[in-house]
Amino acid sequence: MAQSDAPVTSLAQAPEIDFSLLRELVAHLRERRAHLREEWVRRITEAQLLAAMTSDEIFSEVTAVYDNYVDALETGSVETLQAYARDLSERIIPRGVETHEVLGIVLLLRDVLARSLFEKYQADPDLLNRILDAYEPAANRIAVTVGVSFVEERERVIRQQQEAIRELSTPVLQVRERLLILPIIGVLDSLRARQLTEQLLTAIRRNRARVVVIDITGVPAIDLTVANHLLQTVKACGLMGADVIVTGLSSEIAQTLVTLGVELGSIRTTGDLQGGIEEAERLLAYEVIRAGEPERNPER
Amino acid sequence: MPASILKQGAYLIASIQSALTDAEVIQLQDDLVEQVGKFRSRGVILDVSGLDVIDSFGSRTLHSIAVTTKLRGADSVIVGIRPDVAFAIVQLGLGLEGVHTALDLEEGLAFLNRMGEGGRRGG
Repeated sequence: MAQSDAPVTSLAQAPEIDFSLLRELVAHLRERRAHLREEWVRRITEAQLLAAMTSDEIFSEVTAVYDNYVDALETGSVETLQAYARDLSERIIPRGVETHEVLGIVLLLRDVLARSLFEKYQADPDLLNRILDAYEPAANRIAVTVGVSFVEERERVIRQQQEAIRELSTPVLQVRERLLILPIIGVLDSLRARQLTEQLLTAIRRNRARVVVIDITGVPAIDLTVANHLLQTVKACGLMGADVIVTGLSSEIAQTLVTLGVELGSIRTTGDLQGGIEEAERLLAYEVIRAGEPERNPER
Repeated sequence: MPASILKQGAYLIASIQSALTDAEVIQLQDDLVEQVGKFRSRGVILDVSGLDVIDSFGSRTLHSIAVTTKLRGADSVIVGIRPDVAFAIVQLGLGLEGVHTALDLEEGLAFLNRMGEGGRRGG
């Protein structure tokens, strides 16, 4: 069986499948469609798969998958099924359907159909054997196709989301002449930290900033690598003539940094963003004076 | 000569237009230290905005220029370090500790003026 080592892209190329038998079993599956479909849905519900979907939804998806599945068995081409599986994945991934559920469902269908074939050809063990020989490799390949399509689709979604997060992650804002604010929200990994540094240093040059306030109130945790990176960023800003004030270190982060032994002595820190901006204004020799009582809303 | 030294009032401005060889870096240091004495300069500005790479020798020399001119009575400030160069310097650990830096020539001049005022008030 030297050929079986070669990559098989469609079922038709697999030499071990007997097509007359395959046609026969496809005819059988078409005939018993309504019953088998219900049996499959029953097994899915029993196994508590697809809990996120209503039974009507499950039934309509199940019908489509069943027909595609039988078509794929008949034509030996998994392309239609692959496209359908991608499309289906795109619809069910946002609803929290897991990989194990998808694989479980496809394997259940495989079992339901195999059992039905077993019942029909029970009387003739030899024919049953040959039918199963034709059925099993085709069914396995279909299961693999669906599983892979689902995982690929999921990876595509993850990549897309990472891209989106990266794009909206770090705005550098100018609040006064020569004063920039960099609010960091969310987890800092080293990739994001590097990007942030790049953006900050470029912004310092573009806005001719003298003071930068980095606010990390929205950062839940920091590890050693990122802490050191932050330290390097502060030094690099210094080389470009800008002072850095770090604000909003949570007590957890402060303790982590001390435990890790990161030398933050060289960094100017204040408790909250307001304190940071006031400190920055002092450095830039601004003086903010309230001009009187706050104005009332003129419409009232 | 990729580095030129200009006299601007009480200050010297050394502008480095392109990458310097090690010999040229040393030449620049010698010239600067000599001219600080000759013109009785109070400040030196090193403009490195033309450099897209600063290696360990370069940063060490910048550091030693700053220290030597200080001994000769002139404060010095390095200006125009590019963003990527700044981060590379820090990442490579080529500390420029104890050296004053500023964004650009204008900021550098403002810095030296402030230093001068502080010095006069203090003295």
